[in-house]
Order: sequence, then C-alpha cells, then structure tokens
Amino acid sequence: MTREEIYTRLTEQFHESLFEKSDEPFNEFITVQADAWFDIAKYLKNDPELYFDSLMCMSGVDFGPKDDTMEVAYDFHSMRHLHKITTKITGPREDFHIPSVESVWRIADWHEREIYDLFGIIFDGHRNLKRLLLPDDWEGHPLRKDYEVQEYYHGIRVPKIKPKKLTP
Amino acid sequence: MGDLRTEEMTINMGPQHPSTHGVLRLKLRTDGEVVTSVQPVIGYLHRCFEKHAENLEYPGVIPFVDRCDYLASMNNDHGYSMAIEKLLGIEVPERVEYLRVIFAELQRIASHLVAFGTFGLDVGAFTPFLYAFREREMILDLFEMTCGARLLYNYIWVGGLSHDIPEGFVEKTYEFLDHFEPQIKEYNDLLTNNKIFIERTADVGVLPQNVAINYGVTGPQLRASGVDWDLRRDEPYSIYDRFDWNVAVGVDDVGVLGDCWNRYYVKILEMQESAEIIRQALDHLPVEGDVQEAVPRKIRPPKGSLYFRSENPRGELGFYIVSDGKTQPFRVKMRSPALHNLGVIDEIASGWLVADVVAILGSLDIVLGEIDR
Amino acid sequence: MQGLIEFFHGIGVASDFWAAALSILLYTLFVFGFIAIFVLIAVYLERKVSGHMQDRLGPMRVGYHGILQTLADTLKLLLKEDIIPAAADRLLFILAPFVLFLGTFMVYVVLPFGPGAIGADLNIGLFYIVAVSSLVVIGIIMAGYSSNNKWSLYGGMRAAAQIVSYEIPVGLSLLVGVMMTSTLSIVQMVQMQETGIGGVGGILGWNFIQNPFAFIAFFIYLVAGTAEANRTPFDLPEAESELVAGAFTEYSGMRWAFFFLAEYANMWIVAIVASIVFLGGWHSPFPGETFIPGTIWLFAKAFGIVFVQMWARWTFPRLRVDQLMVTCWKYLTPIAFFNIIGVGLWLVTIG
Repeated sequence: MTREEIYTRLTEQFHESLFEKSDEPFNEFITVQADAWFDIAKYLKNDPELYFDSLMCMSGVDFGPKDDTMEVAYDFHSMRHLHKITTKITGPREDFHIPSVESVWRIADWHEREIYDLFGIIFDGHRNLKRLLLPDDWEGHPLRKDYEVQEYYHGIRVPKIKPKKLTP
Repeated sequence: MGDLRTEEMTINMGPQHPSTHGVLRLKLRTDGEVVTSVQPVIGYLHRCFEKHAENLEYPGVIPFVDRCDYLASMNNDHGYSMAIEKLLGIEVPERVEYLRVIFAELQRIASHLVAFGTFGLDVGAFTPFLYAFREREMILDLFEMTCGARLLYNYIWVGGLSHDIPEGFVEKTYEFLDHFEPQIKEYNDLLTNNKIFIERTADVGVLPQNVAINYGVTGPQLRASGVDWDLRRDEPYSIYDRFDWNVAVGVDDVGVLGDCWNRYYVKILEMQESAEIIRQALDHLPVEGDVQEAVPRKIRPPKGSLYFRSENPRGELGFYIVSDGKTQPFRVKMRSPALHNLGVIDEIASGWLVADVVAILGSLDIVLGEIDR
Repeated sequence: MQGLIEFFHGIGVASDFWAAALSILLYTLFVFGFIAIFVLIAVYLERKVSGHMQDRLGPMRVGYHGILQTLADTLKLLLKEDIIPAAADRLLFILAPFVLFLGTFMVYVVLPFGPGAIGADLNIGLFYIVAVSSLVVIGIIMAGYSSNNKWSLYGGMRAAAQIVSYEIPVGLSLLVGVMMTSTLSIVQMVQMQETGIGGVGGILGWNFIQNPFAFIAFFIYLVAGTAEANRTPFDLPEAESELVAGAFTEYSGMRWAFFFLAEYANMWIVAIVASIVFLGGWHSPFPGETFIPGTIWLFAKAFGIVFVQMWARWTFPRLRVDQLMVTCWKYLTPIAFFNIIGVGLWLVTIG
C-alpha cells in the first residue's frame, strides 16, 4: 500500500483531524496527534490490511529551543504486506507526554526508555520508565540541544563536550 | 505439612564476567538453578555516539560508526555511507560497488567466526574458538593489506572507498576462499554434529516467530526461527541482486526451529553463502575505475529525514538521519540490531537453568558497543 | 614401606618405633615431592597438548620450549597476596584446601610406583581408595560455602552432587576387576594379570580384554573417573565460562594452588587405578620381556590415560548439570550393574 492508501484507511477509522500528511524529499510520513496514539497504534498493528507487525526504529529528535518542538518518529514495516510507513508525533519541549505503545510492540519498551533517558519525553502507561543507558541518578537529558553536563557525578568530574564551529 | 516454598535468589552476572560478551549486567532471579527472570542492565559502554555525531561533519561520523559494532565495522560503514548517498542522490561507480560487497561479505564471515567461536567457548568447547580465529586472522590480513587496519577501518566512505585494493589482493582472497570452504567441515565435525553440543543447545531457548517479529529480532536469529527474511534479497541495496545465492533459514531436523542450535547453524550456513558471493564478485570485478571519483568535496544534504537499513551480521542495521541543510547532521540515530536481539532474552531465557542462560546469550550474538553506542 | 624400615634398621636405628616413624616421614615427603613434580610435568604437558591441538604452540619462552613455565607459575603463586574476603567464614575458608588435598593425598599410601614399591599393601587396597577419595566432597563444599559468594555456592553444590553420584559407577566398574582377580589388594591384583588368555601373558593377560564385560567396565571407569576428577566434559563445578571459577573463585595464591594440585593429583589417581585394575599394572605388553623395568610400563600406561583425559578436555563441550546426573544415573549405573552380572556369569560358566 502507498502512503496515500494508508492515510485513507486511517482516516476512515479515526477522525481526520488526528492526522496530517507531510512530504520531505526522501520520506513521506504521517504526523499523528499524541492523545489518540495508543488506539491508532493498535489499529496499525492489528488491522489485516495494514498489519504493521514490525517496529523498525523509534527515534527522538529535538529541534532546539528556537523552534521549541520535539518529535518522535516511528518507522513501521509489515512483514506480511511488505509496505512501510513513518509516523511522527510532535510536541512541546517541556512536559511532552505520549501514550506508550510498548504493550503493542514489545521492543518499544527499551526504545521508549532510551528516548526518556536522552530527551525527557514521558511515555504514559509504560510499565517501567527508567533510564536505560545512563545511570539512574544522572541529571539532565543529554541529547537535548541545550543540554549542559553536570559538573560532578559522585565526585568524578564530568568533561564538557565542546561543540565544533560550523564550516560555512 | 503446608506447601514447601523455596526462596528466590537474585544473582548478578555482573559487568565483568567471562561470558557476557562485553560489559553487560544480567540480573537473574533464580529458584534453585531454574531462572525465573532475566533483566539486562546496559549502558556501561555508552559513549554518546549520537551526541558526538551532531558535532562532526558527515564523513567524520564514519570512524565513530565503526566503533559501535566493532566486530562488523565494514558493514557499519557500508550502511551509513549508503544512507548518506541516498540523501545526496549520488551513484557510485561499478568497481566501488563490487569492492564494497566483497569487503562487507568478508566482514560478515569474520563476524560469524567470532560469534560461533565464542558460543562454543560459552558451552565449554575450547578448541573451535581457536580454529575460528585462525581463519579470522587470514581475513584480517586481507583488510590490513588494503587499508592498514585490523579492526576499525574507516574504509567505506560516502561515494567511494578510502583506498583501492593493492596488488595481489584478488589472488590472496581466492586463496583464502579455497582454504576456508573445506574448514567448515571441520567446524561441523567439532560442534554442529557433536552429541554433547546438541544436548546443550538443541531445544533450548526457543524463540517463536511472532515473538521474534514483535521484538524486532532480525538477522540470523530471526532466520533461525524460520522466517525467510534477508534484507540483501528482499530489499536489495548495492548490487546484491546480481548474485546467485541462497538465504540460510533454520531447519528442524535437529531440535526445533528457533532454538540455540539453529541460531548457531544459520551462521555456519551464512558463512558458506558469503563465500559464494565473494567468489562471484571477484569473478566479475571490473578492473578499471577510480574508487575516489564519486566522493563529494563537501556533503551538504538537503533538509529532510531518512531511515535506511542494511543487513549487518547481527541483523538489520538502520540509520535514521535528520538533516537541516548544513554540513553537520542534525540527528543521527543508529538502530542497532543487537539491542533488539538482547531485548528478547527475558522472554526466552525464563524457565531454563543458569547454564542455559549463558548458552542463550551466546546464541543471540550481541556486541555491547552497538547496544550502548 | 617395609623396605624403608629395614633400611633404617640397617643404618643403625635400633628402635622399631623410630624406624617406622622416620620411614613414614620419608615416604610422605617422597609422595609430596612426587605429586609436586608430577603436577609440574602434567601442567606443562596440558598446556603444550592443548596448544598443539588448538593449532598454536603453547608456552615457548620460559626455558627451552617453555619447560620452566610451571616453575615460574609456582613462584608467582607463592608470592601472591593472600586475600580472604571480609565476609567469608575464616576457619572454613582456610581449612577447605587442606581437607581437599587430604582426601587426595591419603590415597597415595596405597598407590604403587613400581613392582613392590608401594607405601602399604593393604589387603583392602582398592576399597580404601574408593572410600578415602570421597573426602574431597567435603573440601569442595567447604570452599563453596565459606566464600560467601553465590556463584561459589553453586559450584560447591554442583560438585557435591556430581562427585557423590559418580562414585557409584566408579565403584561398580572397579568391582568387575575385583571379581576377576578375587582380591582387593593392589599388588596381588597386578600379579594375577601376569598370565591370562592362552597362558601367554603380555597384553593378553591384562584384565580389560579377558572378557567383553571387563572391556565395557574399563570405559565406564574412564568416563566416571573423569567426572570424579572434575575434568571437562564434567567440569561444571569450575565451569570457567559460567561461574568464573566455581567453588574456587575467591581463592588466590597458594591456597588456589592447593586446589590445582589436588585436581592433577586426582587425575593421576584415576590413571594409576585404571592401569592397575584393567591394564595390567607394571607388566609389559610383550610376553616374557623383562628388559624395561616395570615402573616404566606403569608410568607409561598412567601417562597415556592422563593424556586421554587432557585430549577429551580440549575436544568436548561441557555437559549441563542435569544432563550430567542423567548420564550417571540412567546410563552409567545400569550399564555397570549389567556388567557385574555379566562378569559373574562369565566367571562361573567359562572362566
């Protein structure tokens, strides 16, 4: 199925205001509203025509304090129908809540923990939302654009990452 | 007498342990010798790869990508370079494509040699490990001849390669292949058909197909569960569609589909298939061509995001790259196959003995560098 | 031992008590020295054998082709810091290596080093060997428990189960040899293997080819003996890949060296007992040949079996603990029982 057909099928099932089609040079994706995401996700997985049983990748992106948005991109693939779709959920940089889909695709468990760890996005309904890669008592969310490293961690000095000057 | 209850014990297979492949911590809850739950704790090897990538130019990310899955560096370079090439829309010359396939497949053989050697070590067979490394030395010699490095190459660049192959490379590779293909029989005698090895690994840690797909397990681990899915054939990238080879899928005459024995056996079969591909690529290698002619001066992709995936020895290696039109990537996310493979361990290791947890972990073939990035 | 006592009488020690005491002391020192030298050779042999089987060279630098390697390792172990974990049970922790070594050392009293050169030719020699070698179980359990380490506890428990279980096939297969020679004494058992089938002697006199049941019993003894000595494929108590070093994880330096000594001493016991009971002891395989002394033949057979044990270690993977128990109770023990019945019938009807 193409992105158009998937979009049509989704808007038949759910209200059209929840979705938005977007186009980029290499990617056509569907932006989804955060509140209804859990039901949409279950539909994406279980509907026999769509049947996206494989969550390939889930990435968080922080657009910086100027844009003041963050986004989570989900890349799906269907092993049965061999089609793909990318869905994105955009939200504010502070206090961004998204319903957790880790009961639908079990690997989302660790992906969501990682995104929480590195970005600070909260996934509601997750059974164990703890930090994954960093120690449990680390302060801050490193992959944010305005992240400042803490001075000391348990008495160990934390080195600063110096950003490289952009070449013109 | 009421019912006798034994207490559950929590044991730590700590970050330093001979059998957790890298710094991985497993919290095991056991009832006697039977394991009731396995909680992996990762992050000991986290080196902030994704944050560093935001401060580097696109070609500068390649050495970092190498170091993520250090046993399959060529394949990592290949995946990343192809993703950027797709963003830029550039085509690479024929000779570069053939050489890339040769190196990627050689690296696949080297990675599988380590995987099954260490798996044998985990179940107590000390000798196949050394035989596997003997063959791996020959592959590393080939790599060293070409780009000077034995483990982390920075070889496959965006648009080309860093060095052309030297004189005598093709002959030496043919020699290696002629030596390697009969060796597989030795591995089969020592491990595959060994009664004790089969007792240890067949029917242990069975991974059903739908669980595997739900957890995002890919690569030989998925194919061992009977799912016939290989990115090189089903979503062909580079020139893989020109070669004639078979996809190795699990068999059920020894044990069941999806057990540790199958995950091991698929790797043995895959090594044979890779040797086949290398032979065909060498036969058709174009002799003329400059490997650096399509390497762009400056990489400045247009704004946008892209997810591109390729087949690593461990599974599907994906890169989600967000570009904002500058020479440095805005966001690079690496979808590591080993993370997904490790995530499934709680499902399949519960209910088995402690010794089996080690065997299952070995069969899942994880590399901590990739999981933690 | 009698010879030693007479020697002391001869050099002027009149009192029986002092002659006996001195000869016991001398013999003990001799056995300890023998074990030390044997371990020196065996460790070097193991590293070279494993190296060559794995397509590499093994120790090459210390001495000519690495001959002095074990000596260097011993010196290193002697100089290591003696660490006792703070939360460990001190008394048991310190006693464990000694109890383990004791169980092995006591067996050497009845092991021969040649025709007639034996510490004490007890008339229950073989029975004594099987009984005393069970002491090692206590040593391992003490080591596992006192280390205050869950992994060591696992190792200790597994070892206890394994050694105790495999005593049975060992005893039953040795019983086959006892039935055939109708004696428990070591010296007499070897003497009975002088002539055998056809009255020719040589290799045809050895117990293991006198009848097919003895042949099977020999192999059962080898397998069960390897399990007794905690060697791969039965080395779960010290499974390197899983339990780091099992029951002995927390031991370092000379204490650990004692465990190591005990393991190799155990291997030698298994080999010598197999040579005596099944392979004709110090008799040469060529009938009537007396040129090469019996000691050389005895040691050659024993070293051959030690080599086979090492060979098996580097070839096979490790059995899991429940598979180990299944092998013992469901396979080896019934076959051993069947052997005994078979040998009994054979001896009554044919032999």
